[in-house]
Amino acid sequence: MLEQTVTMAHGSGGESTGRLIAELFAKNFSNEYLDRMTDSSVVPGSAQIAMTTDSFVVTPVEYPGGDIGRLAVCGTVNDLLMSGAVPKYLTAGFILEEGLPMETLRRVVKSMADTAREAGVLIVTGDTKVVENHSSDAKGEGGLYINTAGVGFVPEGTRLDAASIRPGDKILVSGTLGEHHATILAKRMGLENESLESDNAPLDDIVNHLRTSGAAVRAMRDVTRGGLATVLSEFVLSSGQQIEIEESLIPVKKPVRDFCGILGLEPVYMGNEGKLIAVIAPEDASKALDAVRSAKYGENAAIIGEVTGDHGEGSAELILKTPVGGRRVLGPLYGEGLPRIC
Amino acid sequence: MNSFDKIKAYLSSYDGPDVHIMEVCGTHTASIAKNGIPAMLSPHIRLISGPGCPVCVTVTDYIDRLIALSQNEKNVICSFGDLLRVPGSESSLSLARADGAHIEMVYSPVQMLDKARRDPDHDYIFAAVGFETTAPVYALLIDEAERLGIPNVKLLTGLKTMPQVIRWVVSSAKSAGETTEREDKSDEGRIDGFLAPGHVCAVTGYGEYEKLAAETGMPFVVSGFTGPQLIASIFRLVQLRGKDTCENLYPEVVSRSGNAPAKSAVKKYFEPCDAAWRGMGIIPMSGLCLRQDYMHRDAGSFGLTGDHAGRGCRCASVLTGKIRPTECPLFGKACTPQNPNGACMVSQEGSCYNWYVGGRTR
Repeated sequence: MLEQTVTMAHGSGGESTGRLIAELFAKNFSNEYLDRMTDSSVVPGSAQIAMTTDSFVVTPVEYPGGDIGRLAVCGTVNDLLMSGAVPKYLTAGFILEEGLPMETLRRVVKSMADTAREAGVLIVTGDTKVVENHSSDAKGEGGLYINTAGVGFVPEGTRLDAASIRPGDKILVSGTLGEHHATILAKRMGLENESLESDNAPLDDIVNHLRTSGAAVRAMRDVTRGGLATVLSEFVLSSGQQIEIEESLIPVKKPVRDFCGILGLEPVYMGNEGKLIAVIAPEDASKALDAVRSAKYGENAAIIGEVTGDHGEGSAELILKTPVGGRRVLGPLYGEGLPRIC
Repeated sequence: MNSFDKIKAYLSSYDGPDVHIMEVCGTHTASIAKNGIPAMLSPHIRLISGPGCPVCVTVTDYIDRLIALSQNEKNVICSFGDLLRVPGSESSLSLARADGAHIEMVYSPVQMLDKARRDPDHDYIFAAVGFETTAPVYALLIDEAERLGIPNVKLLTGLKTMPQVIRWVVSSAKSAGETTEREDKSDEGRIDGFLAPGHVCAVTGYGEYEKLAAETGMPFVVSGFTGPQLIASIFRLVQLRGKDTCENLYPEVVSRSGNAPAKSAVKKYFEPCDAAWRGMGIIPMSGLCLRQDYMHRDAGSFGLTGDHAGRGCRCASVLTGKIRPTECPLFGKACTPQNPNGACMVSQEGSCYNWYVGGRTR
């Protein structure tokens, strides 16, 4: 039986730590490599691997549509997918603050295990530390932070590179923008409503559908902090090609649009945790769109614009065509955005 | 062609005398940028961002006083986000916060009441900047604090009012025109009409702007904030060039007499006073200060007139329409949104910020 809350003893390395690992982590994450409980897991490999790591510090740790555990799996899995890799293994490092309700941790761990299964990855090794309660949380409960590192196998011949973007290429976004950002912000401001839900999801099914469609994908990025405009600005910078998108074609759900309207936020700068942008060769655009729309989490995909070409040395910009017929240059996100959304 | 398309065609092909239009509201500035409107206008129509962004017109003395207050352990400063990054004479609130000063970002002043009640050992001081639109919110805050008997809620006021600064901008533009020596600068600071601030007018009523139109001999159009509303208002101002007319194109929200309860709440707690504007100096009776009866709610707002903008910063000339943001030597070089030198580059309603972020060149 585990205690009601996390205490410093759970980080001691002794009996309490052992019980926490056995009754919570090992039970939920169980697989043949983790179950060996060795200092490091030895796993089958591939000629080329992709590696990434990410730390997750979101507050609140649970929110409509997800939680820090689901986020910690999706964030790392999606980063592997965006480099063309097939995600295989994750590590999970937990930093817990004393006073964290055990029930919260249990839900987060279960959600993490479910998400790993959904994304087809194994959590093969992990670590737990407990630190003093630094929480500024009104209830005085301890916080929870997770680091995940991931390994994916990269198939022979995979090449995704923003430098390969060419004039005429189409810009595909896999779904509606801004849900994660709006949900977290609403929750922090005490403005939650049931119509706002994070888009927190793994992108493996969308990427698999794109791959099997045979569409020529030049570059791919998940749309996280900084939003669509920041990702596309980086594409413009690394390719030297101008990109023009139509504001009226960008999918945004009504509750998010309304929320943005009230607070003066712009969906193109808002973070997501389950959306990607792909730059597709023009002749393959409709094939790619059909493929993404038939994938899990891709039903609202849309083509929102195109690459219009090299406009002379260093003058390429990201242009937003506004619904009233105006044109506006979009830069990357300036300033703080919203802290700790992931 | 529907009428909106006709308006757009008129504005893009306009070939008459040059028209310089000032928008005096920061939210208009931001919406003009957001809708990409400058790219839709003929080169003969120029939009100038005026002094209507509350953060941009705040003098360095005010920021310095806030920083000093925040470094006193007995105080907690509450502020809207934009103000945190405005440079004072030596530091900014966000730098002070990184050094351990007590500064909290809030979304609404009323959030402060609860904090103050639960923590009676600290004074909660709100950085009360803004125009006629924000003043009623501060009045409500003080009203609640008085009603609930929460003594440790205070304001550092830097509130300002629009009509006086508009008069100042017009007279300064006229005198600039008279003293201009070089012919190619004859347009410097010229203004032919104003987009009147929709939200301010919602509170004060547009009657005041009818007076301004008559006094200055210029057209004023009260505008809403959507792209089509702004485009229609710009269209009317071009048509009204040279006429001393005030038109209300935002009638769903704005009346001639304004919002009576909001006005009376403001009148109960505040009275007009002289105010210092960044780069413009002291403009008589262009501010709002707490009345004598409520001085116990004031955190030391008087005498904050010193204004030591960064070297080379031309915020003042930008705010009064004398130069475009891109004509400031610091623009995009020593002054960017990441590292702002002047307040106009800090606020999301600031003209320099919007020109930089939106890649505006005209």
